[in-house]
Amino acid sequence: MSADARGATTAAGPARRAVAPLGRMLLTQARSEIRTRWRIPAFSVTIVALPVLFFTFFGLPYVKQTLPNGTNLGAYLVASFAAYSVGSVMVFGFGIGVSTERGLKVDVLMRATPLPPLIAILAKIINALAYALLSLVVLIVYAVIVGGVRQDLVVWADMVARLLAGSVPFIALGFAIGYTCGPNVAPAAANLVYLPLSFASGLFLPLSQLPGFVRAVAPYLPAYHYGQLAWSAVGAATEPMPVALAWLAGYTALFLAIAFRAYRREESRKFG
Amino acid sequence: MLGPNGAGKTTSIGLMLGLRQPTAGQARLFGLPPTDRRARSRCGVMLQESGTTSVLTVREIVDVFRAYYPAPLPGERAIAMAGLGAQAGARVGTLSGGQRQRLYFALAICGDPDVLFLDEPTVGMDVEARRAFVTSVQTLAAGGKTIVFTSHYLREAEELARRIIVIDRGRVIADASPQELKGAVPGKKITLVTARPLAREALAGLPARVLDVTGERASLLSNEPAAVLRELFRRGVDVVDLEVTGADLEEAFLALTRREEAGA
Repeated sequence: MSADARGATTAAGPARRAVAPLGRMLLTQARSEIRTRWRIPAFSVTIVALPVLFFTFFGLPYVKQTLPNGTNLGAYLVASFAAYSVGSVMVFGFGIGVSTERGLKVDVLMRATPLPPLIAILAKIINALAYALLSLVVLIVYAVIVGGVRQDLVVWADMVARLLAGSVPFIALGFAIGYTCGPNVAPAAANLVYLPLSFASGLFLPLSQLPGFVRAVAPYLPAYHYGQLAWSAVGAATEPMPVALAWLAGYTALFLAIAFRAYRREESRKFG
Repeated sequence: MLGPNGAGKTTSIGLMLGLRQPTAGQARLFGLPPTDRRARSRCGVMLQESGTTSVLTVREIVDVFRAYYPAPLPGERAIAMAGLGAQAGARVGTLSGGQRQRLYFALAICGDPDVLFLDEPTVGMDVEARRAFVTSVQTLAAGGKTIVFTSHYLREAEELARRIIVIDRGRVIADASPQELKGAVPGKKITLVTARPLAREALAGLPARVLDVTGERASLLSNEPAAVLRELFRRGVDVVDLEVTGADLEEAFLALTRREEAGA
């Protein structure tokens, strides 16, 4: 297109759009995020393999047992590791992803493009949801085929939907880690925060088998309330859903506040 | 925009793009705030110290950036203009420093912007990449694009710019065409070769600034080359070769910054 031709169309009317369509931007951005992550096996393989491995070690031996309330322990443990899995995609994906991008200064160039920051964040969320879904499907299929855990398809679908929709506090936690930690520190920080958190919330072993002080602390942790979303899908929740959701909303606000403060601090340092 | 390191070139670009907030005054692009998406959709940007994810290929990352703009160039065209045709399928992480710089140029032009902001675009480019870059910039300028670039290579500004703004420590020292800039400063350079080695004292008291004396060669800056030569001949300096040229931008620039210092 020559400059003359463009001048003519601009003068004549809306022949040339002023901005690119947001939908196409979002789609392209999300696809490139997914593709980028796929090519980093340290992320893509880990995110899918770890929950299956943990379930194999901590879950498979007990799948035929039954909880006091009648729930099959196998289903309960799949729910636990499903919650662990989605949380880890969010915490590691956003935590390490954001800090790496800051380290490479990808964000500096992006800020100067017409890509709205909200679209960039939405694309990251779509990307994370896609990997969370992948990891859930692999875990559930593995538990059904190898572990012989039986639930209606509706129950599995309900669990997946609850976990994906309720993952917001872990996205916020990921952002908080990503903006407060540098690229070398973020992986360690994500592990140090998320693994003990999952353990103490009863996602690896049922709370009844954990020491008393852990049982006392668990009800104050976000992963405990997140686990309730998954356990409720198999009829094993130990608190009403509104309570769990209120806790999760509170933690979302806290993590977002931390992330936002770190983001602002860096912005004022980097862009004066 | 020309100036030494720390002159404020990158800060100026940052203000024009809305990446930094001015303490006073305002920046406008196409009459809009620089952060407005309509303004950004008409800008291409190449920044120092910026990066991209390294696992995508050149073609993939160019396609991602194309999606940000309303009427982008075909991806292959942007890649070819940046001289990266042979690396289109290569992952960004495998590119050399010079190739990476070309990639940033491809990302800057792929949206077919009306104005390009290039911050130190040729840093890290090898000779061949630089030549390809100069050709592309000239083609874009001939096609009616506005190109704002920063440099501390004076030759580069002389070669590419129609208007040069010299800044130093945050202040504009000069704003002129390369020709005007040359005319505005002590403008002639005299280069001499003498029969015998020349002593610095032989050049004392001339209406000129001595730049260099090495053996039989000497170079001076002056506004009155004829008077300088008359005096040299009167003193019996045995000149065997002589050249009087317009001072290049480097010298003009040095003179400008020194005058500022003297005045301050």
